Amino acid sequence: MSHLKANKTVQLSHGGGGKEMNRLIKDIFFKAFDNPILRSEEDAARLHFSGYTAFTTDSFTVAPLFFAGGDIGKLAIAGTVNDLAMMGAEPQFLSSSFIIEEGFAIDDLKVIVTSMANELKRSGARIVCGDTKVVPRGCADGLFINTSGVGRIINNEISVKNLQDGDAIIVSRDIGRHGAAILMAREGLALESDLTSDCASLWPIVEQLIAANIEIHAMRDATRGGLSAVLNEWASASDVGIEVNESAIPVSSEVSGLCELYGFEPFDLANEGTFILAVPQTSVAATLEVMKTFCHCEQAALIGHVNQIKPGKVILNTPWGSRRFLDVPQGELLPRIC
Amino acid sequence: MLSLNELYQGFRDPEVIKSLAKQIAITAAKYPGQINIMEVCGGHTHTIMKYGLNQLLPDNIEFIHGPGCPVCIMPKERIDHAAALASLPDTILITLGDMIRVPGSNGNLAQFRASGCDIRPIYDPLDCLTIATDNPEKTVIFFAIGFETSTPMTAVLLEQAEKRHISNLLFHINHVLVPPAIDAVMADPNVKVNAFIGPAHVSVISGAKVYRSAVKTYNTPLVISGFEPVDVMESILMIAKQKVKAIALLENQYSRAVSEQGNLTAQALINKYMIIRPSFRWRGLGPIADSALMLRDEYRHRDAEQVYKEQLPNIEIDDHKACQCGDILRGLSKPKDCKVFGRGCTPETPLGSCMVSSEGACNAHFRYNGVTE
Repeated sequence: MSHLKANKTVQLSHGGGGKEMNRLIKDIFFKAFDNPILRSEEDAARLHFSGYTAFTTDSFTVAPLFFAGGDIGKLAIAGTVNDLAMMGAEPQFLSSSFIIEEGFAIDDLKVIVTSMANELKRSGARIVCGDTKVVPRGCADGLFINTSGVGRIINNEISVKNLQDGDAIIVSRDIGRHGAAILMAREGLALESDLTSDCASLWPIVEQLIAANIEIHAMRDATRGGLSAVLNEWASASDVGIEVNESAIPVSSEVSGLCELYGFEPFDLANEGTFILAVPQTSVAATLEVMKTFCHCEQAALIGHVNQIKPGKVILNTPWGSRRFLDVPQGELLPRIC
Repeated sequence: MLSLNELYQGFRDPEVIKSLAKQIAITAAKYPGQINIMEVCGGHTHTIMKYGLNQLLPDNIEFIHGPGCPVCIMPKERIDHAAALASLPDTILITLGDMIRVPGSNGNLAQFRASGCDIRPIYDPLDCLTIATDNPEKTVIFFAIGFETSTPMTAVLLEQAEKRHISNLLFHINHVLVPPAIDAVMADPNVKVNAFIGPAHVSVISGAKVYRSAVKTYNTPLVISGFEPVDVMESILMIAKQKVKAIALLENQYSRAVSEQGNLTAQALINKYMIIRPSFRWRGLGPIADSALMLRDEYRHRDAEQVYKEQLPNIEIDDHKACQCGDILRGLSKPKDCKVFGRGCTPETPLGSCMVSSEGACNAHFRYNGVTE
């Protein structure tokens, strides 16, 4: 019987650097993330790079830790893998740091770590170093995870500053699912729904797009701030105007319904496995063909285009002929009052 | 399966909206003057701007954004009350949505929260029961806001607190009423309003009957309207037809939810716990007699204004002198007439409350307008 089975929750001693910490790391993290670099147990991972390398980091805090379609572990891997993938980089090596609140259930930690291991398999990336800290009860909201990652850049042309007049804007699937799923879980809404987060690693589909020689000008996962944040960042960074057509943007009926209830807009809600591309108009058909063939992108859609009418601004065309700015969401997303 | 979207999809049909726009243009062309429609409720302001409905209308129809946003009309001193209550030791202050962004004289509630006060925005007031039960050693104060729409929720909460003997739950009541606000707008000799779109959710509770006297007194059409684009466009058409015929009637476009008498159960529950407050100072409109509610004397023990009377500031504080929220709420100015609009006053750093709430006129103009200019 392993020592950990006797202890059902994480204790401060698990972060003390002694035997308990060693067992926690070996029994849970090494077991799940096993690979030769990690197993070598050096102070730092010894890696070899050649050519352009992308490097990114992200910290993950989410309440609740488990939600329909994922958990904080899946999120921590997918999030960093996606940051690399969006730069046209093949995710290779990741670090993972855990800040665990005293009293956190060991079983929950195991589920989260297993979820991380499963998600790693989708991109082929490996966790090669990490850190564990345990903080007294009340000093963290259960569990925080930080993951950093490096990846080999395969397409070096992709950039937020690279949108060009006439480019087509494509979204990979229906928007707003992660934000809506978290909202439902957080508010404990007693609504019967199949709504799940879109949380997923995007490298497999990006790899296919690069392999098909699609000319990608810009690519970004629409996380916090949603579709509106990405489009506004692009418009500003490339000093172009972007116009999108509301009726072309895929939104699930569950997300639309929830937005109505709370007074939110699906364009503002977070996604964790949905990305936006800017490609030349001539590449639209090929891009959509590749995307619709591979994972989670059956609903990939052309939603708009780049022009120079209002540089720095994003315009939403309504189905009845009016137009408005699609601004970035500001402050906390708060439910409407009445 | 969640299918809320089925409730509204038919009301966003592009062909119906375009057809209504055409009918409005034909009808309004027969009216020789200007039709200045005040949408009393901030929800309608939001609909008009978000869906760009103003772009579909002829030049002789103009919108004037009224005082019907519960956040916009909250005077600074009431926010200061909330901040003072939240600053008391062992206190949890609970409020709804955007209220935490409204500037008081010493900052907004979000800033007080960041400095250590326990302030929680919630969606459902009944969550206060759980929070109060889970924190028996603390005093939980519900900063209740809103028009007739949200008042019943406060009354239900109070009823539950009484029934369950939850003694650590108190209330700071800021519930306001629509009809006196209409009177205050129309009392201004410079008023340009000559038609109203009546509130939707408010009217579900209060019933269509509450607007009869305004329609008669001011000889002004009032059409109670739903919040969907088709609802608003149909209501505008109904108003235009009345104007052409030179009649002033109370009409109910939102008949799928609003009756003449309203929700009598809700009205009875409100009357059980609350009475009319002699006067309430509205942001921009000043004091309006009989325009708000307060707890009945029997529930003084739950009234934070009474219990903490000594600790609450009682100074009335006017808006920043450059802010024209008052004139905007009265329909005398447009957001873009204000010198600080979009410069010193933005949704990120609002000077006036019309810029705070997504239902506020300035916020809606800032976010959505300007595409066609």
